[in-house]
Amino acid sequence: MSALLKVDGISKRFRGLLAVDRLSFEVPQGGIFAVIGPNGAGKTTLFNMIAGVFAPDGGAITFAGERIDGLKPDKICQRGIGRTYQIVRPFPALSVEDNVIVGALLHRHHVSDARAHAQDVLRRLDLYDKRAQRASSLTLPDRKRLEVARALATDPKLLLLDEVMAGLRPTEMDRIVSILQELNRETGLTILLIEHVMRAVMALAGQILVLHHGASIAQGSPQQVVRDPAVIHSYLGAEDVA
Amino acid sequence: MKDMWTAIPARGRVILLVLLAALLVAPAALDRYFMSVLILIFYFAFVGQAWNIMMGYAGQLSLGHALYAGLGGYVAALLWFYFGIGPWIGVFAGVAVAAAFGAVIGWLGFRFGIEGVYFALLTIAFAEFTRIAFDNMSFTGGPGGLFLLYEEQRTHEWWNLRGGPLLFYYLGLALAAGGALLTAWLARSRLGYQWLAVREDQEAALSLGVGAFRAKMIAVLISASMTAIGGVFLAFYYNSLFPAQAFDIGRSIEIILAPVIGGLGTIFGPIVGAFILTPLGEALIALTAKFGVDLPGTKAVFYGLTLMIIITLRPDGVWPWLKRLLGLEPKS
Ligand SMILES: Nc1ncnc2c1ncn2[C@@H]1O[C@H](COP(=O)(O)OP(=O)(O)OP(=O)(O)O)[C@@H](O)[C@H]1O
Ligand SMILES: [Mg+2]
Repeated sequence: MSALLKVDGISKRFRGLLAVDRLSFEVPQGGIFAVIGPNGAGKTTLFNMIAGVFAPDGGAITFAGERIDGLKPDKICQRGIGRTYQIVRPFPALSVEDNVIVGALLHRHHVSDARAHAQDVLRRLDLYDKRAQRASSLTLPDRKRLEVARALATDPKLLLLDEVMAGLRPTEMDRIVSILQELNRETGLTILLIEHVMRAVMALAGQILVLHHGASIAQGSPQQVVRDPAVIHSYLGAEDVA
Repeated sequence: MKDMWTAIPARGRVILLVLLAALLVAPAALDRYFMSVLILIFYFAFVGQAWNIMMGYAGQLSLGHALYAGLGGYVAALLWFYFGIGPWIGVFAGVAVAAAFGAVIGWLGFRFGIEGVYFALLTIAFAEFTRIAFDNMSFTGGPGGLFLLYEEQRTHEWWNLRGGPLLFYYLGLALAAGGALLTAWLARSRLGYQWLAVREDQEAALSLGVGAFRAKMIAVLISASMTAIGGVFLAFYYNSLFPAQAFDIGRSIEIILAPVIGGLGTIFGPIVGAFILTPLGEALIALTAKFGVDLPGTKAVFYGLTLMIIITLRPDGVWPWLKRLLGLEPKS
């Protein structure tokens, strides 16, 4: 498998703080890749650099064979990277459907086509029945799903998911896990996800990267990573990973 | 286009057609004074719609829209005054000049991330500078103003906008209706969705691939152009232009009141707002004239109070409330 996304030695400094420190990894085409790590490890900062919110201070990001570091978020999305926000940002006054239509319009010029596509995506994410509601009236789990739906509607090749399971009940979480597995299997969508919930990570990820103080302390298959002494020491601790 | 009509509930279509028919035949029953009030209502509904596109849909606060109206009016009036070029041609020149100013303001604001209140200050600054420039130019008549001759023998040249109230009544009605149609069409387009996304959360919009800069620039260009058309209409209706009025912040505020009171980001908001506010304002003028009080700023204070009352009672504007009252909420 060739790499769809290649992160090569990128760093990001906020004033004194080195949030991401010469980080490198590759996400294979069609894979599900998880980034884990304690709070403040630099996970969201990594996503923000991939998604174009800010440029890395050094290093390179290559997507589908082309350099994308330093491009603006709209350009990155147009190239095929969809992202969700850890702190959800729906368009509050718009209906659920209209939120998703905005994403669907990226590659569609007619609103009617975009609406049809948006409805397909909403069905996939169990939001179809709530499509007429204002986004601001949704519960947090539904908002998280709306984030995914909106990003998915842009037809990404790579989907960046920033803690979409946080705050979900176990049954809701299992549902999202199976939705994502289905998407990955049926459409070949590549997924890069940040997650704290180890149960979801173990169920989904083909590969895991563990971030600590901005640097990678372990990378590999889920089984390798959870047995890694450095990981157990600095992140997993006494947490039950089984 | 057709689905714009079918999207309105049946009852709403009936109300709309009845109101439109009433407005079409109204001149037969109205005297000059009521005609003049309705002409102003149409004007404010139209330029309010233009401002609504920028603020209500694209979420960009302009407090200098008098600039576009003033430029449109002056350019067309000057072409007529000096060269006898009629407003049907002059309006294109007026729109071009206003759009060019809009492009500069938009580019400065959106390229350099001047947003919200700071963007509003930028729009005010442009209007103020233009006022000062026009005050100091002699060929525009300077502070003394520019006057278009009202020649009796030419009052039937409707194609030169030389005519009586009837001409301006129907033209105003056409503008108000046309502006609403255009806005409705835009709001349902790809561009309209992009505007809403930018208005709601620009960063999230960008991450969905929305070209926010482009969308906002188009909003300014359309809004400035429409407002300039309104300015041409007003200049030929009043036959006079003064920099101190045309580019005044008070004018800009008057433009935004109808959509704010009626309901931002709605098609009927600016129209409803204009129908509420303009008659109230005119009644106030008539009253103060009757009692011989002529306190400067009376109208501004009155508008301010009206705004405060309505914003307190109906923060989303009158139209969304009226729509529910009339049972026109689309079934979901
Ligand atoms: N825009 C910013 N400006 C300044 N500092 C920032 C900024 N964004 C993140 N940081 C800092 O960088 C560090 C990494 O933050 P980041 O949000 O990437 O962590 P994270 O791994 O996503 O954490 P969490 O699990 O809590 O979401 C933190 O110390 C944070 O305070
Ligand atoms: Mg984070």
